[in-house]
Amino acid sequence: MDEKVNLKIDNLSVSVDTGTTILEAARKINIRIPTLCHHEDLCVAGNCRVCVVEESGMGRLQPACAIPVSEGMEIHTNSMKVRNARKQIIELLISEHRAECTTCYKNGKCELQALSNEYIVGESGFLPLVPLKGYTIDEFSPSIIKDDSKCIRCQRCVRTCDQLQSVGALTVAHKGGEMKISTFFDKPIYEVVCTNCGQCVNRCPTGALTEKTYINEVWNAIDNPEKFVVVQTAPAVRIALGEALDMEPGEIVTGKMVAALRRMGFNAVLDTDWSADLTIIEEGNELLQRLKRVLKDKEPGVKIPMTTSCSPGWIKFIEHTFPDFLEHLSTAKSPQQMFGALAKTFYAGKIGVEPSNMVSVSVMPCTAKKFEANRPEMRASGYQDVDFVVTTRELAMMIKQAGIDFRSLPDDDYDTIMGESTGASVIFGATGGVMEAALRTVYEVVTGREIPFDGLNIMPVRGMENVREASLKIENPLPEWDFLDGVEVKTCVAHGLSNAKKVMEQVKNGEADYHFIEIMACPGGCLGGGGQPLPTSPEIRKKRAEAIYREDAGKKIRKSHENPEIIQVYEEFLVEPLGHKSHELLHTTYTPRNRY
Amino acid sequence: MPHTGEYIKKLAERHGRRLESLLPILENVYEDHHIIPEDAMVEIARELDVSAAKVYGTATFYSFLETSKGGKYVIRVCKTITCMMHGKNQIIKELEELLKINLGETTPDGLFTLKETNCLGQCHRGPAMLINDTPYTELTPSKVRDIINEYRLIAQKSAS
Repeated sequence: MDEKVNLKIDNLSVSVDTGTTILEAARKINIRIPTLCHHEDLCVAGNCRVCVVEESGMGRLQPACAIPVSEGMEIHTNSMKVRNARKQIIELLISEHRAECTTCYKNGKCELQALSNEYIVGESGFLPLVPLKGYTIDEFSPSIIKDDSKCIRCQRCVRTCDQLQSVGALTVAHKGGEMKISTFFDKPIYEVVCTNCGQCVNRCPTGALTEKTYINEVWNAIDNPEKFVVVQTAPAVRIALGEALDMEPGEIVTGKMVAALRRMGFNAVLDTDWSADLTIIEEGNELLQRLKRVLKDKEPGVKIPMTTSCSPGWIKFIEHTFPDFLEHLSTAKSPQQMFGALAKTFYAGKIGVEPSNMVSVSVMPCTAKKFEANRPEMRASGYQDVDFVVTTRELAMMIKQAGIDFRSLPDDDYDTIMGESTGASVIFGATGGVMEAALRTVYEVVTGREIPFDGLNIMPVRGMENVREASLKIENPLPEWDFLDGVEVKTCVAHGLSNAKKVMEQVKNGEADYHFIEIMACPGGCLGGGGQPLPTSPEIRKKRAEAIYREDAGKKIRKSHENPEIIQVYEEFLVEPLGHKSHELLHTTYTPRNRY
Repeated sequence: MPHTGEYIKKLAERHGRRLESLLPILENVYEDHHIIPEDAMVEIARELDVSAAKVYGTATFYSFLETSKGGKYVIRVCKTITCMMHGKNQIIKELEELLKINLGETTPDGLFTLKETNCLGQCHRGPAMLINDTPYTELTPSKVRDIINEYRLIAQKSAS
């Protein structure tokens, strides 16, 4: 297994493990080979061919992404033959691509555009094929736009949807010249099993799959003097936004982001982290109530394990894939929607603004949040609770449009009320974070003591393993919770929908004895969301996660129930967790959907 | 298709529920119904626990599986290079004039659908075409007229 293979790439010797591809070996010695269909998160496809290299003694060029190294290989990545071939391949791809770059949403962020620039592809001799093909642009979804005229058929999206997410909304249909990336019967994306997670958008090298943007709508609202525009920012935005503004992955830019939003003209800059703390209170209490009803009252029909409900991609996935298991979902709304419902009720009342004059904007690492905000049940305030959702990427574009030099901004603080947050809510942005935040609160509610982990850091639920399990024994609880004495609370954390599916299959087959399951639709949790800056890779996601836990550790308050503004909202408005007002504003219902 | 669920369940029992059972099931549905409709694909996806899109992708890949309703007689003219050099284009032109439809269309009476297909393995006797499952080779425009007439007569007889 540990055997090394020795080869030469561009006359440089390199020694790598058996099974390494030429591409990986070249990267090891900092030789960059261009790629399009290759993606670190996905299996090898080898269909775009731009990574071709020349092997001494071989007539044919080899795709570096798909060929494993062998002993004594001599690879040339920059010979005339290779350069000419790559240029032709790019020209051929462009002949099938509607290369209207200046008007393209992906302009400046398109991998094909970058390569054609690198290879100085001028007017090519190939006939442009786009005008000869009937193509469609699917703009019906509130989250994702699919433009077939920009598709180069690299199939990153198909592999993402299939392998990473087990959704399979996209497929390769037809063949040869007619081959295209299609949904079931080429229906619009919003009609099929798509969860709007946007992982395909994160991996599309061109403008074929993009988020539906609401940038103009937000500017219009800001520009309207009659509107009071509030903005909320999700936990995972602050640790990734910098990447889209020429900073390194893992930089925390909370203060600069707040300053930028204020300069852009939002009337109130508030925090989804605040409502994440609120989610913990509601969801944590719901969990305890369920445990009580199952373990103490022996009520039939009450479902455990309870699963989290913050991730709208996960919600749509379970609605399609496990429609009979919706009762396992916590009824608590996601932090975005809790915020939206309270913004146009509690907050509007507090600052004396008519809710009809309030525009509620959220900045999310997520494309599915756009769909979530448009769900018909998300109008608890009597208005659409969240009017517009922009992604981290869109916010970065808006900051650039506003002419703001982001890096030189001073740090600013959120407005109050609904701006204060804790470390517990920050970690919502990472897989395992909701679980950790919930346990910090639930354990304390039940026992009156802090959770017995060093520095409140519940390490077993952290990390990037696909599915993680942790259990916590309850000892000497407060009298109200005596039925939990000696109970080992079993939890499970999964991220990425293919892992979610595995866990839910266990639940379905009665093989899971968990009490509480956290599921995030995207790899790594929200920090790897479909609205986050490009590119994405395991390495980048790891750096974002480190930043999130750094932010948590640096917070004065680390537990949701100690957030003074949360205590205040219960005192002044909500009265009690799971109370009448909570049910009206903070909890929701789910819709069974067709599986196929 | 009535009772699609039960029908597909039977096919899955016959051909298996693994991924490699997908094509035999699709072929079987097409044999039985001359079309693989949407609801059948949904049921196949359910039986095999694959996505419906994957079933659709597989079905559309093969020229001999139809996903939309065609005529009673589906004409498939070989489009590959040998038949092309033997005059396939004239055959298509003749068929288009005869049937008053373009390639890919179905006659208004629902009798004929005209399509191209990949190699039929009759390169030595091109140009070649299939009408449903019957091959016709060494075609000429006049031969095509006779063949179509024959089918029209059969259809008339069975109608009266």
